[in-house]
Amino acid sequence: MIEPSLSRDGVDGHFLQIKSIVKTYDDVVAVNDVSLDIAKGDIFALLGASGSGKSTLLRMLAGFETPNSGKIILDGEDIVSLAPYRRPINMMFQSYALFPHMTVEQNIAYGLKQDRMPKAMIADKVVQMLRLVHMEKYAKRKPEQLSGGQRQRVALARSLAKSPKLLLLDEPMGALDKKLRNRMQLEVVDIIESVGVTCVMVTHDQEEAMTMANRIAIMEEGSIVQSGTPRDIYEAPNSLQAAEFIGSMNLFRGAIAVDAEDHAVIDSEEINNQLYVSYGVTTAIEDKHVVFAVRPEKTLISRDQPQGEYNWCRGVVHDIAYLGGHSVYHIRLDNGKILYSFMVNSDRFADQPTWEELVYVYWSDDSGLVLRP
Amino acid sequence: MKKVTERLKRHAEHGKRWVIAVPTLWLMLFFALPFLIVLKIAFAESAIAIPPYTQLLTMADEAFDLHVYFGNFIFLSEDALYLTAYLNSLKMAAISTFLCLLIGYPMAYHIARAKPSTQTVLLLLILLPSWTSFLIRIYAWIGILKSNGILNNALMWLGVVDQPLTILNTNVAVYIGIVYAYLPFMILPLYANLVKHDHSLIEASQDLGARWLQSFWRITFPLSRNGIIAGSMLVFIPVVGEYVIPELLGGTNSLVIGKVLWQEFFNNRDWPLASSLALIMLLLLMLPIHFFRKYQEKEWEEGK
Amino acid sequence: MKPPIRFSSVMFWFGMAFLYLPMLSLVIYSFNSSRLVTVWAGWSTKWYGELFRDEGLMAAVWRSLEVAFWSANTAVCLGVLASVALTRFGRFRGRSMLHSLVAAPLVMPDVIIGLSLLLLFVSMTDVLGWPHQRGLFTIWIAHATFGTAYATVVISSRLKELDRSFVEAAMDLGATPVKAFVQVTLPIIMPALVSAWLLAFTLSLDDVVIASFVSGPGATTLPIEVFSSVRLGVSPKINALATLIILIVSLVTLVAWWLSRRKLKRDKFARS
Repeated sequence: MIEPSLSRDGVDGHFLQIKSIVKTYDDVVAVNDVSLDIAKGDIFALLGASGSGKSTLLRMLAGFETPNSGKIILDGEDIVSLAPYRRPINMMFQSYALFPHMTVEQNIAYGLKQDRMPKAMIADKVVQMLRLVHMEKYAKRKPEQLSGGQRQRVALARSLAKSPKLLLLDEPMGALDKKLRNRMQLEVVDIIESVGVTCVMVTHDQEEAMTMANRIAIMEEGSIVQSGTPRDIYEAPNSLQAAEFIGSMNLFRGAIAVDAEDHAVIDSEEINNQLYVSYGVTTAIEDKHVVFAVRPEKTLISRDQPQGEYNWCRGVVHDIAYLGGHSVYHIRLDNGKILYSFMVNSDRFADQPTWEELVYVYWSDDSGLVLRP
Repeated sequence: MKKVTERLKRHAEHGKRWVIAVPTLWLMLFFALPFLIVLKIAFAESAIAIPPYTQLLTMADEAFDLHVYFGNFIFLSEDALYLTAYLNSLKMAAISTFLCLLIGYPMAYHIARAKPSTQTVLLLLILLPSWTSFLIRIYAWIGILKSNGILNNALMWLGVVDQPLTILNTNVAVYIGIVYAYLPFMILPLYANLVKHDHSLIEASQDLGARWLQSFWRITFPLSRNGIIAGSMLVFIPVVGEYVIPELLGGTNSLVIGKVLWQEFFNNRDWPLASSLALIMLLLLMLPIHFFRKYQEKEWEEGK
Repeated sequence: MKPPIRFSSVMFWFGMAFLYLPMLSLVIYSFNSSRLVTVWAGWSTKWYGELFRDEGLMAAVWRSLEVAFWSANTAVCLGVLASVALTRFGRFRGRSMLHSLVAAPLVMPDVIIGLSLLLLFVSMTDVLGWPHQRGLFTIWIAHATFGTAYATVVISSRLKELDRSFVEAAMDLGATPVKAFVQVTLPIIMPALVSAWLLAFTLSLDDVVIASFVSGPGATTLPIEVFSSVRLGVSPKINALATLIILIVSLVTLVAWWLSRRKLKRDKFARS
């Protein structure tokens, strides 16, 4: 049904374009006007909490849901009206959905058989896929005779067997325990990259998204909050939502006092000093209210009062969470606000501040971010 | 391309309609429609004819003549025999439902608490008798309960009694037979319900100091309400119309509506009267059936 | 937890004895050489011989098996359709009605089903001239009808718990919905189809009341035959028949249980 088309990803630089997709169930808006461009070879993660609409978006790509409006253009063709079994897209399900009455081999061959491929070719392809996921020895096994990690490899092989233009992963590590998860994340990425297939995955686990994907979109309440590389999203969140979604943040609400071309100064009642950033905020709008954000690992703790008049505060150590590689200090400021700060445990038995000790927390001028509330 | 998919969609809609229509029409035609005919014939008069009743609608002088006959119902209300039969049937159904619950609940509880692999075996043991012939299992009780049957022989040999007890052809025999035949129908829904219970609930309540009986009454029993309703309806409703067991074990002494209906139909060939009896029974059972249906629907929607 | 476990265990084994002792008595007395069923007069298998020589009864056995076979087939087909409609189509017009039509036969007293179906057939003959005669054909319709209700309960409860992603995976890999159903859903729910079929089959083999209403001349099924002989009193031939039925059912159950257990063990072994 799908005519073999010339690869047209060069036309406007995007292999998969999602254009103004809207999906509602009765009165509930699940996906609200989402647009995304995904380049060929990308591993793209949709990251969001449950109910954020990420799974609905994935199911619309697969064809199990039909959007109310919008377009999905894959390799130059609008696929919205195509039934799932006519899309050049394959999916690895969260539960893997391996057919329990078929062997590993038969599972992998299933999609190829639907295309009426000659038997010999199917057999070759199956062997090739089994080799790709290192499951040659298990070809004759039934799914219930496999461990969790093995099932995932078979599921991946099955969804790659038809050489889809787009691979979808639904919570790829959802069915695995934590230890296995870390190993399989890298293994799955290796396999996907060796095949070179474009991939969209859905996950609620930020670590998983950052490990596996080279581009991430954060979804909340049916909309995209921000999309970009993992580093962009972590280091330069464009909104409070994005900043709070990934990692942890210390936030100070305040108002802009000085708004120069190359720096800005912020007044906040939540801290005893002014806050300073070494870039212009350039607020044309009247509303001067902003949120100053700084990540815990970008702050330092000292027993001596820092120099200068900006970007430091005083408090007592309220709590210490020792995590091995680093410790998370909870510092209680004079006004009761709790600040988080990481301290790297580079020495085995260093003389570090302890409970109820008076300390100063400070950070450099380029560590902070100014966000709109 | 678009045309193809649209045609496919129409195709799918068409297919869906058939999937719904075939079983619905079958059940409408062979289960629901017959009740309308029962309704019709309940208002007809018995006649010596083939079929043995008068027509409700007749063509006379190019006009329809509607002939509704209330005689059957008047007759039923005048003879105390029928009222007694209905009351007996309801009483019998209620008592045997209670007995089934009394015996079935601990049995279901025991199965639900066993190891999962054991559960399968125990369930099979409960179900196995009901896969053999129901008729033959009732028949077995004739040989046991007769005055010179196995039970009396055993009791006399043990010296418990010196005169054979008369059990067969009494209500006691009917109760034994009904409980025996319908026990699995009580146990299954109870088990299905009890096995879903989170055992930690009971452990929690015991942790909080509740005695076993208390935690049973306050937690397990109320939680298993749906199972109790389902099991009770599965026993009560069919037992109201039971014919075979009272016929074989109750003898001439047992006056129940199933038997009366059978006799009116087969022995007296009074089809309209039998229809009226069935109609009244149906009206009596409407409420419990509705109850059962609602429960079923709830179970169906659950976990979907 | 100790005392209640003991109480429910006692009740359980008491209940089991209650269920099985009567069946045991049937088996033992089928080997009794005396015609008087309850007077023991030594071992004998002569009643089995008499059973097989009873041509009327043997013919009834075959008739019953035939009716049960076709009723079960019909019931499973209709049950699959009804289950798919009820569990897979979401909301549709007539859904609630289909629910009622499936739930009501489960509890409806046999005398009502039998009488009403007979009246339907009589009226149909009256108006349409069809069916000309009542017999195995009308019994098949009656049994298929209540068999459908039971089959739907068994099949839909399996379909309901079946992970939807199996079908979605099949469609994702290029199978049309019909193909996905045939190649993936049906094989996965096959055990439920088999148990639904067996249930409809045994229910048909067991029915005496409905069959008595809707059968016609020459269409005596086994239960009708047994019932008329039992009404006249106990007969050792029936004991022999009962023993054979119990034997067959137990064997089928045992084999089914053994097969499923072996599969379970094999999978467990392979995983470890």
